Amino acid sequence: MRRALLFLPLILVVALGFVLYEGLGKDPSKLESARIGKPLPEFSLPLLMEDETRVSEEALHGEVVLLNVWATWCVSCRQEHPYLNKLSREGVNLIGLNYKDERGLALNWLSDLGDPYAFNIYDPEGVLGFDLGVYGTPETFLIDADGIVRHRHVGVINERVWENELRPLYEQYSGGT
Amino acid sequence: MNCVRFMSNIRGAPDMRGLILGLLVAFALPVLGEVQTNQLEDPELRERYQKLTRELRCPTCQNENVAESGAPVANDIRRHVHRMLEEGKTDEQIIEFMVERFGEFVRYRPEMSARTYVLWYGPFVAIGVGVLVVIILASRARRRRQGVDDAALSKEEQEKVERWLRE
Repeated sequence: MRRALLFLPLILVVALGFVLYEGLGKDPSKLESARIGKPLPEFSLPLLMEDETRVSEEALHGEVVLLNVWATWCVSCRQEHPYLNKLSREGVNLIGLNYKDERGLALNWLSDLGDPYAFNIYDPEGVLGFDLGVYGTPETFLIDADGIVRHRHVGVINERVWENELRPLYEQYSGGT
Repeated sequence: MNCVRFMSNIRGAPDMRGLILGLLVAFALPVLGEVQTNQLEDPELRERYQKLTRELRCPTCQNENVAESGAPVANDIRRHVHRMLEEGKTDEQIIEFMVERFGEFVRYRPEMSARTYVLWYGPFVAIGVGVLVVIILASRARRRRQGVDDAALSKEEQEKVERWLRE
């Protein structure tokens, strides 16, 4: 018994090692969204394409969607855009949240680079962005058919992110409902 | 105050004065980029604003508080803090509002809850355990020393041993 006690420090150090090792691979700039498991915040904002039409959080109910937060001033969004076009062609539901942007610039962007979105919510003041806890574009939220936020990806979506991170969840929530 | 005295000292050179004034204004401009705290008229609110923005952590530039960060999100957070203070919200309500959006991360001072007990009390527990170990080791060492003394023979025993040896 005495002798076993001697191993206690070793066990503690190994345990600490595991805990610290866990943290090693993590990117500290990627925060878990506080909205996970909660419904989308309430909002009422115009569409990018039609200023007179206002949409609310209910516009995102019914199907699993990716809500992609983007802006024309966001350099990484340009990098991400071709892949979004590809996803859209493959039938993935994408909805845009045009964040702190100017309508004219955003419309030009879509006509130049292609429009992968079913529709775009126009949020020049970043109201919905703030309620979603957006802190850097691009960000993409996976929203299930009931309008519950299931996942957030901070940063560019590319092949690797889609296949490893988003697709499994997208299919899981699509299949479940 | 110092500044005013300094300015009056160089009254003789009006051009200089204009230049210095211009420079001062230029250097003061970045400050205006932050939400103008002076807009809060109540000094108590102003103080709470300062305290809150220092306790909130900027989600984008993670090692800065919201008061010092130039990130757009930090600016938004300052604006909301400002608004909520004017609306008469309590500090807890304001922090809670931010945590709902940006997660526990925005607190520089983590909340006291079952999840964070280790964080708050862990160091004290560790110190306590350390002190306990030292005490145990010390008392054990003392007992061992005493043990050695016990092993030394008393006078009578010494005589006994010598008698046996002689026999």
